[in-house]
Amino acid sequence: MHSIIKTSFAAIVAAGITATAAHADAHALSGDLVIFSDMSNPAPRAVMEGMVERFGKMHPDLNIELTVIDREAYKTQIRNFLTADAPDVANWYAANRMLPYVNAGLFEDVSDIWEGEMSTELASTKGAMTIDGKQYGVPYTYYQWGVYYRKDLMEQYGLSEPTTWAEEKANCQTYLDNGIKCYTIGTKFLWTAGGWFDYLNMRTNGYDYHAALTNGEAAWDSAETRATFANWRELIDMGAFIDNHQTYSWQEAMPFMVNGEAASYLMGNFAVAAFREGGLDDSKLDFYQFPEITAGIAKGEDAPTDTFHIPSGATNKANAKAFLEFVVSADNQTLINNGENLGQLPVNALSAVDDDKFLNEGFDMLSNKAPGGIAQFFDRDAPAEMAAVAMEGFQEFMLFPDNLDDILARLDAAAVDIYAE
Amino acid sequence: MTNTASEFDAPKRGWYKRNEIAVTPFLFLLPGVFFFAVYVIYPVFQSFNISLYKWDGLGEADFIGLKNYQKLFEDRAFETSLWNNLKWLVLYLLAIPVGLFISLFLNQKVVGIRLYKSLFFFPFVISQIVVGLVFSWFYDPTFGIFTKLIGLVGLEIKGGVLGNPTAVTYGIIAAGLWPQTAYCMILYLTGLNSVDPEQVEAARLDGAKGWKMLWYVIIPQLKPATFIAFVVTVVGALRSFDLISIMTRGGPFGQSRVLSYYMFEKALSEYGFRMGYGAAIAVVLFLIMLVFIAYFLWSMYQEEKGAH
Repeated sequence: MHSIIKTSFAAIVAAGITATAAHADAHALSGDLVIFSDMSNPAPRAVMEGMVERFGKMHPDLNIELTVIDREAYKTQIRNFLTADAPDVANWYAANRMLPYVNAGLFEDVSDIWEGEMSTELASTKGAMTIDGKQYGVPYTYYQWGVYYRKDLMEQYGLSEPTTWAEEKANCQTYLDNGIKCYTIGTKFLWTAGGWFDYLNMRTNGYDYHAALTNGEAAWDSAETRATFANWRELIDMGAFIDNHQTYSWQEAMPFMVNGEAASYLMGNFAVAAFREGGLDDSKLDFYQFPEITAGIAKGEDAPTDTFHIPSGATNKANAKAFLEFVVSADNQTLINNGENLGQLPVNALSAVDDDKFLNEGFDMLSNKAPGGIAQFFDRDAPAEMAAVAMEGFQEFMLFPDNLDDILARLDAAAVDIYAE
Repeated sequence: MTNTASEFDAPKRGWYKRNEIAVTPFLFLLPGVFFFAVYVIYPVFQSFNISLYKWDGLGEADFIGLKNYQKLFEDRAFETSLWNNLKWLVLYLLAIPVGLFISLFLNQKVVGIRLYKSLFFFPFVISQIVVGLVFSWFYDPTFGIFTKLIGLVGLEIKGGVLGNPTAVTYGIIAAGLWPQTAYCMILYLTGLNSVDPEQVEAARLDGAKGWKMLWYVIIPQLKPATFIAFVVTVVGALRSFDLISIMTRGGPFGQSRVLSYYMFEKALSEYGFRMGYGAAIAVVLFLIMLVFIAYFLWSMYQEEKGAH
């Protein structure tokens, strides 16, 4: 009896200690911390290694083990290691992309670290991390989408940034009359077409309809969705998109704009670095928010969020939580998202946005010009399987717009199965 | 005399010693059988089992009976993949006659023939990934040499070979034929070495030449090579995956998928969480392969019987 009381008392004390350790960085952590990361491209990799180094300096007794896995391979490996050999911290994506793992109980509920200050500081991305009122991870970066365009070409033809659909089409016609395609795009990997659908649908029907559609609450074959596709078709029939886009990846589509054969590109902000490398400086490259289509509809924007999670099978959860808190702290957010590192937007409202034209414009757009709401991206808002089927349909539509009836029927049939779960 | 007596007196030999000759072959077979059972036979049955469930690969699996198969029959993407598999099977067999004619052409004594032979064999040596990339450039709709060449005779394939839903599968098969033909060629080259010169001589005396010589004297002697070429080509056609993955990822909009790629997409890819459905596709692919496996086993059995 005596020994039992003693043990449970010791356990309570131990639990108390870990709890305090998790909530106060001042207490040095000890033990192990195993991190699996998908930040395998050169710049993100340096960021990840830098974070581990700085966190290690704060906690000299902590033994941190970082494994960086190729970003594409990670997407299939995550299933294996979450079930078999779980690390303490793992990268992933927000919203519906994390749903299968949350449903399977593989991601730890971390609502406790979101209590208090963090919820206000990270208010902009909290929704994307929340499923059924609980948070299952923390964001570390996000970025805006928009129309990146050749500023010099626009000036050459005396055009200006369009704000309405009519202006957008008029600009496009001018480019076409001068032998320049309006938009470059590479749909070989399908998701780029998902970006077009997101924007056309959010501008035609609004953010709420778009959210209902990706949640399976609205039918694909509906007047609203058909209106979206009709707008899309206007551009397709004009010949606005580059030819043979189905054979290019998003990177392979870039030279068309760099060489001046296409005027603009609907893309995420990560394309800026590649454009600059391709020789487009700020005098030639600019950015505008996707224009209004249906007048009066509050604009929604895509801003995909990349995240950190704690697998349920983790062994050092207290250390992992401390690391998550470190990742989202204002100073760390300022540092890792600046132009020399990720070159994206910090998730913490107290962080400073690096002084870069695109980051400033993007931050302003997401904070002040997106009253409709912030979407993640088509393949993160819709369930994985629905995204795969739908994006394939978008590509088919871009090539054979006449197949629309068939595509919509197919998507509705697929939706019955997918959302039934 | 004494020797024989002492042998009878010797203590009885152990069970193994007595049965050594009968048992040893099985002992040697044991490791192979064990690994074959664990890595091939067991997963086959496991796939059958999984195909009866609705399972995302992570959480709980729900037993749904044959519903996955029922869905397959309504699934047009599955139908497309099945047809593409058939195209692969039929057109891939072209590798056999083409390989035969190249080997006949190369089977002569000229200075440097070894070099020519190795050049023809080269595509089989390089990785399928490289073959896929080379052909992707070859087919590129803007600067690809294939596009330029057919442009010279006034033809144009809309979207390029790999971007055109009708042409894409044929384009990939053509890429696959390049290394497969080299493989068949090398099989026939070795086969030609063992053609009996006396029979050729006799046939020549009887006045056979040209096509008749080939059809009635050479090809029958190449039967073992033809059999192996047929086996590897059929297997190669059914497991075509790497070229599709590297050249089109099943696109445009799924028109170049085959069963193996569709299974991968449904069960294991980035967006695939339908293990049960994927397993059902795998089972169908297995049943198709089973037809050929049964045929191969049967013909090998017949041959063995003939040999004894």
